[in-house]
Parts: sequence; structure tokens; C-alpha cells
Amino acid sequence: MKHEHRLRLKTLLMVLLMVVCANAGDLMLKRGMLQIGAVQISSVGIWHALLSTIHNATIWLGILFLIGFTLCYMTAVSWADYSYVMPAGAFGYALQTTLAVVILHEAVNAQRWIGVTLIVVGVLLVGQTQPSTTKPKPVLS
Amino acid sequence: MTKVVLLLIFFICCSTGGEIAMTHGMKLVGEPKSFRPGVLFRFIGRAMRSGWLWLALPLLAASFYSLLVLLSWAPLSVVIPASAFNYVVGTFGAKYILKETVSPKRWMGVVMVCIGVTLVLITG
Repeated sequence: MKHEHRLRLKTLLMVLLMVVCANAGDLMLKRGMLQIGAVQISSVGIWHALLSTIHNATIWLGILFLIGFTLCYMTAVSWADYSYVMPAGAFGYALQTTLAVVILHEAVNAQRWIGVTLIVVGVLLVGQTQPSTTKPKPVLS
Repeated sequence: MTKVVLLLIFFICCSTGGEIAMTHGMKLVGEPKSFRPGVLFRFIGRAMRSGWLWLALPLLAASFYSLLVLLSWAPLSVVIPASAFNYVVGTFGAKYILKETVSPKRWMGVVMVCIGVTLVLITG
């Protein structure tokens, strides 16, 4: 029982880190691309955009967050089921909508709130199941 | 229409295949005993030497680029539900390839997440 509680807790921690890293990464990429401006679809325009992204610190910060997301995902699936981690990660969509309303005061329609509710209930249902249903694997010290 | 359907199938296969390969590889690597920096560095180092990870990365890259192409070919109302359907296909993969036990409660949760993500992204 104690083992299962610990497993659930560390999986929850990793999923939360995944959600934070993915959302922060997307936000930084969006901010970085806004700083660069609209990309012109021509060979010169694309080359200019590429150089601008390489020299943009916000883009690099976004990439670091997305690497963080990948590492958290890899760590989580090293002990937990893929069918447990994958839907739980969708909680990020619900968080994004809530943050958009609370911080950015965006208007959100009823259809989107229904979607958020379904995601939250779905994640809660998945969260009630066993995080790992396959046989225990080696532990690295 | 045929090329959109074929690319959708390619996208779902690459996305689910990449994630399943990564999960299988990480299961073989094993979980870190603690979150101390030294242990985590060794864990990442071992993961980087896993062939399954190097199979997963190009598949995930291919799924990302095929999604971009799909978005330029087909309306959002077609692409988004199809990409959210990945949750269902991924769960089938987890059950039959990774041999995970998927209870009715987990299935119900996955289906709700799939519909929820579709509604959130379509109205986004």
C-alpha cells in the first residue's frame, strides 16, 4: 500500500512537471516568435527567420523547457504505464484554458468549458487506476 | 481526400509507434532510484544509449511534420479530432503491445479526454 502511494505521488509530480514544462515552453516559443515578427515565405525571409530564432534567448528558453518536458515524460514512463501518463498529460489543456481566463481575462465559450470538464473528469478517472500494471523493472542506483 | 486519409494514418502510426517505442525503451532502462543529480545523469546517459529511444525520436519527428502538412491540407475540424484519436489508438497499443492492463475505468477516462481535447482545440 505504501509502495503504491509513493508510486502514485511521484507519477503525479512528474505529470505536473510535464504540464508546467510543456505550457512554459509553448509560451516562450510564442513570445519569441512574436519578438521576431511574421516569417516571410521566401528563401531570404526563411533564412532571416532561422538566424533570428538562433539569436533569440526566449526561443532557447522555450526549447529548454520542451527538453525538460521530454525528460519528465521519459522518467514517468520508466515506471508508470503509457496508458496512464498519456491521458494524464492532457490536463495541460484544461490548465491553459483556466489560465487564459484568470490571467488574460479571455472569453471562453460553453463548448470549450465542456471540453475542459471532460478532460478533468477523464484525467481523474485515469488517476484512480493503478499507475503501473506491468511487472516491476530494474531500479537504477 | 485519399492523400489526407493516408497521411492521417501515417501520422497516427508514427505518433503512437514513437511513444510506444519510447515507453518500451524506458521500461528496459529502468526507473531512477532517486532524484539526486548523479542518479538522474546516469539515468539519462543510459536512456541515450537505448536503441528504442533512437527509434522513437525519428518517428515522433515524422509525426510532428506530418501534422504540420495535414494542417495545411485539411480543415482543423478534421485534423484535430484525428490527432485526439491518438489517445484511443495509444491505449490500444499500450494494451496489446506493451501488455498493460487497461481497466474499464481507464478506458472511460481516455475516451473522455479524447472528446474533451477535441472540443478544447476546435474552439481554441
